[in-house]
Amino acid sequence: MSDFTPPILVAEALVAGYEPGLPIVNGATISAAAGEIVVILGPNGAGKSTLIKAIAGLTPITSGRVTLAGQEITRLPAHLMVRRGLSFTPQTENIFGAMSVDDNLRLAAGVLAAALRAPRIAETYDFFPDLARQRDLLAGRLSGGQRQMLAVARALLAAPSVLMLDEPSAGLSPKLVDIVFAKLVDIRRSGVAIILVEQNARAALAIADRAYILVEGRNRHEGRAADLANDPVMAALYLGGLRADAGRSAMR
Amino acid sequence: MTLQFLADGLIAGALIGLGAIGVTLTYSILRFANFAHGEFVSFGAYATLLLAAIIGSVVAGADQPIGPFSFGWGVIVAAVAAMASTGALALALDAVLFKRLRDKGAAITIVMASFGASMALRSLLEFAFTSRPAYFSRDLQIALPVGLGIRVTPDQIALLGITAVLMIGVHLLLTRSQIGRAMRAVSENPALARVAGVDVARVIRAAWLIGGALACVAGVMLGLLVQIRPFMGFDLLLPMFAAAILGGIGSVPGALAGALIVGVSEAAAVQMIGAEWRAAVAFLLLIGVLLVKPTGLFGRSD
Repeated sequence: MSDFTPPILVAEALVAGYEPGLPIVNGATISAAAGEIVVILGPNGAGKSTLIKAIAGLTPITSGRVTLAGQEITRLPAHLMVRRGLSFTPQTENIFGAMSVDDNLRLAAGVLAAALRAPRIAETYDFFPDLARQRDLLAGRLSGGQRQMLAVARALLAAPSVLMLDEPSAGLSPKLVDIVFAKLVDIRRSGVAIILVEQNARAALAIADRAYILVEGRNRHEGRAADLANDPVMAALYLGGLRADAGRSAMR
Repeated sequence: MTLQFLADGLIAGALIGLGAIGVTLTYSILRFANFAHGEFVSFGAYATLLLAAIIGSVVAGADQPIGPFSFGWGVIVAAVAAMASTGALALALDAVLFKRLRDKGAAITIVMASFGASMALRSLLEFAFTSRPAYFSRDLQIALPVGLGIRVTPDQIALLGITAVLMIGVHLLLTRSQIGRAMRAVSENPALARVAGVDVARVIRAAWLIGGALACVAGVMLGLLVQIRPFMGFDLLLPMFAAAILGGIGSVPGALAGALIVGVSEAAAVQMIGAEWRAAVAFLLLIGVLLVKPTGLFGRSD
């Protein structure tokens, strides 16, 4: 990742929250460039999830600005974000459990022109062969790892330029986390910018290019993922003693 | 004992089912119990009556009965136009009332508002058409024996057929079309549906249009088989809710199954116990099913 690539997504000085006067995100600024994995870390309640939900159009923004490929998308309704190329995968309830795997993908394909839908779904099945084998299964019957894959596949189906994921490793075994994160690395290769909110700092920093540490809704620190992972002070302060196993790669 | 109650119950069930689909769609997509749904039934019947009268006075022969049926093509054309008008009424009610309350976000307020809208619409119909019963046709229809001691009128057979076609159509729409998938998605998880690119406002409009149009058909059926009164839809409200809950709120096949159970058990009660037990039997059944399976017959248990 070159340091000179201009960012495709920029969120500047965002203030956002559910109740007026009680901002959860309080002036955070993040950016991501094409083909870059950016991870947002921080203690519980730092506003990490709220930050990406606000960018995705799900949490009201009080002030600040979001641009995607130079165009302002601040406060655009969530269903239009995905049409502009910004996809978001929530942490929980991120698939439609009462619908088949295939219907989950066909639903997501609705944002594409009619002629592009079937080929894009076929491409998606090629990229996620496990899902292709389970296409007629109710999504609610998938295992935890497959659910997460379906959630990612659903978000990717709209061919986004930016993919935001809220804790994709939540509830998964370390082995499954490695598989999901390896998939994210594959996705990054296609030029998609990936923004990841994670509690699992070790695994996330291992695949990320850059990281932000958010505290009380503001940027506390930012830098290259590798530098952060090897910084004992940062690790002790914000990453829950990450240093001890920072050398282990999450990649297989 | 004859099996006549089966035929009567099936017809009542078809009628209740057409209404219950709207109830269950509104409940699962807009998340409130719409008490004004009964008035969509009455409105549909009166709109058809009015339009059929206009067509009949303009075009000669439009009110001539077709074959063995009691109605002419004028009623059919009027009913199709009235389906659109009833859908439009539901959309209008949403725009002036429910949407505003939804934006403020208190579910119980919306339910109470729907109760108020129900009374207002009913009074409006009573004011416009009086409370005297009206009829599409004064002709008596002869019920034909169809075997096993059951007799049905040609109208009843036609209406059962129309209901079956509509039900299959709605089922295919919900399971095979993009708007149907979007409706199921909003019903399961509105926030995720938005993230997946679903325009929730469009889905809400579709739910009102489908619910209103089917309620209108129920009203026309009831008008053809019995009579048209301002209270006709309100009297159907409890069976419609019973059917939707019995089948599992949010499920369209469930609403139909629930409606058939309510219809047949009511008819059985009338024939075997006495007409005054009609509603009681349906509700005992409802309570029984809910005690065993609280989510209803086709309900999701999440």
